[in-house]
Amino acid sequence: MLEIHNLTKTYYLNTKTAERTDEGAMPETPTVLPTLDDISLQVKRGEFVSILGPSGCGKTTLFNLISGLEKPDRGAILLEGKDITGERGHVSYMLQKDLLFPWRTILENCILGMEIQGIPRKKAREKARTLLAEFNLAAYEDRYPHVLSGGMRQRAAFLRTMLANKEILLLDEPFGALDAYTKSEMHEWLMSIWSKYHPTILFITHDIEEALFLSDRIYVLSACPAKVKYSLTVALPRPRKRHVLVSEEFIQLKKLLLQILFE
Amino acid sequence: MPVIMRKYWATAAFMLFLLCVWEIVVKLGIVPEYILPAPSSIIKSIIDTSALLWEHSLQTVREVVLGFLLAVALGIVLAVFMGIFPLVKQALYPLVVISQTIPIMAVAPLFIIWFGYGILPKLLVVTLVCFFPITVSLVEGFAAVDQDIIKLLQAMGASRRQILEKVSFPGALPSFFAGLKIAVTYSVMGAVIGEWLGASQGLGVYMTRSMNSFQTAQVFGSIVVITVLSLAFFGLVNLVARIVMPWYYQK
Ligand SMILES: Nc1ncnc2c1ncn2[C@@H]1O[C@H](COP(=O)(O)OP(=O)(O)OP(=O)(O)O)[C@@H](O)[C@H]1O
Ligand SMILES: [Mg+2]
Repeated sequence: MLEIHNLTKTYYLNTKTAERTDEGAMPETPTVLPTLDDISLQVKRGEFVSILGPSGCGKTTLFNLISGLEKPDRGAILLEGKDITGERGHVSYMLQKDLLFPWRTILENCILGMEIQGIPRKKAREKARTLLAEFNLAAYEDRYPHVLSGGMRQRAAFLRTMLANKEILLLDEPFGALDAYTKSEMHEWLMSIWSKYHPTILFITHDIEEALFLSDRIYVLSACPAKVKYSLTVALPRPRKRHVLVSEEFIQLKKLLLQILFE
Repeated sequence: MPVIMRKYWATAAFMLFLLCVWEIVVKLGIVPEYILPAPSSIIKSIIDTSALLWEHSLQTVREVVLGFLLAVALGIVLAVFMGIFPLVKQALYPLVVISQTIPIMAVAPLFIIWFGYGILPKLLVVTLVCFFPITVSLVEGFAAVDQDIIKLLQAMGASRRQILEKVSFPGALPSFFAGLKIAVTYSVMGAVIGEWLGASQGLGVYMTRSMNSFQTAQVFGSIVVITVLSLAFFGLVNLVARIVMPWYYQK
């Protein structure tokens, strides 16, 4: 279980000027950019939780804090009860871009996380090969990423994230750049993978339908500085098929979220 | 072979045309042979003196290969230190640039005073000419690596060494090879300049001797050999690049 308590983060542009102020030199007023304001949330083991918020509200910042890339001003991040605030290597983080290495084949890309952990390459490759087939990427395992379509690249990047084998996956708008058709295919695909392996997922999006279709729960963030504005349990039965998108229940939830986001 | 022909037939045809014009101009007596020998005389002189040319070329090739390898080693060491320690980069980068503004013709005689008439001073001239594009291209290559890829690895808990090994080096390769290609085209010229200032063997020596005895055809012959050698080294670097970065050339 991942617990986030009262996370707060402020950015300062012109940090140097801000430091000089203390020494009494001519101060330029630094731009203070409060980004996260007292964010608390939990993700239980095996749960699929989405974070829904307007563009630029601080969603990626939240993930940078959880993954230890940056440190919060205040607050704590606990994984299975252990404080991991500011520590790296505890979670699998899939950044907003797919970031496949152009110089590695798909197979070599997928074993990156295991390689970093010091797992022998041969063993890592074997493990990746069995899953590549399931991700419909077996035919491409020895090809370089540039020949893959957008959807395939996302699948490969997701497999790399999953194979890093951590307690929780952080996915930052993985389907944000895909066209509507591919996106909807990817949703069904992700659901099939999730229902088979039940990884714990924290998923960033600003797409209401996407959040509703995929999630067990949704946290809605306000515009910058981001606060938790609302949290919602999505009670739609699983497995969800595409027609759920036009069901009465779904549309009611969508209306509610629209209202909350734009109020 | 067909690919090469398709790519370069226009260049080849144009060169052939120029050579024909050149031949005709000289054969009609418009320009005297001792000023501009006809292409046919140049080819003949290359064939006649091939044994001698071969010997001198071997010496130059030796200097180029050793000097170039030294430059690659030096360039890599410098660039890696500059990449890891920002302070080292701040201190050394301007010096690396300044080293290139020193005229080689002024330094080469100094090398001879310091290191004698052996192979070492020539090799050092080659190194001095070549290490600059290599160092700079590798430093720029390191700096141009996608910061988000580095973030991804940091989030995975990778060490600095792992990041260097798995991202910085492979990511900088295209830029590095671009630098190598520039360096290698200068390398033969560097060796020849080194030889001009005092040597007993090498294409530079052959050229000076031919010039002093007004064997203009032989001077041109050595120019042809220098060009062919430079192209061959360039081709070799290109080949290595293709072997090392298959992903880059598939795009
Ligand atoms: N390293 C940084 N230094 C200064 N400001 C930053 C930094 N990182 C983010 N910000 C600012 O914090 C705010 C939130 O950025 P963030 O990338 O977290 O938004 P986001 O919700 O992920 O947006 P999007 O939906 O467009 O991806 C932005 O105003 C951004 O300019
Ligand atoms: Mg973002």
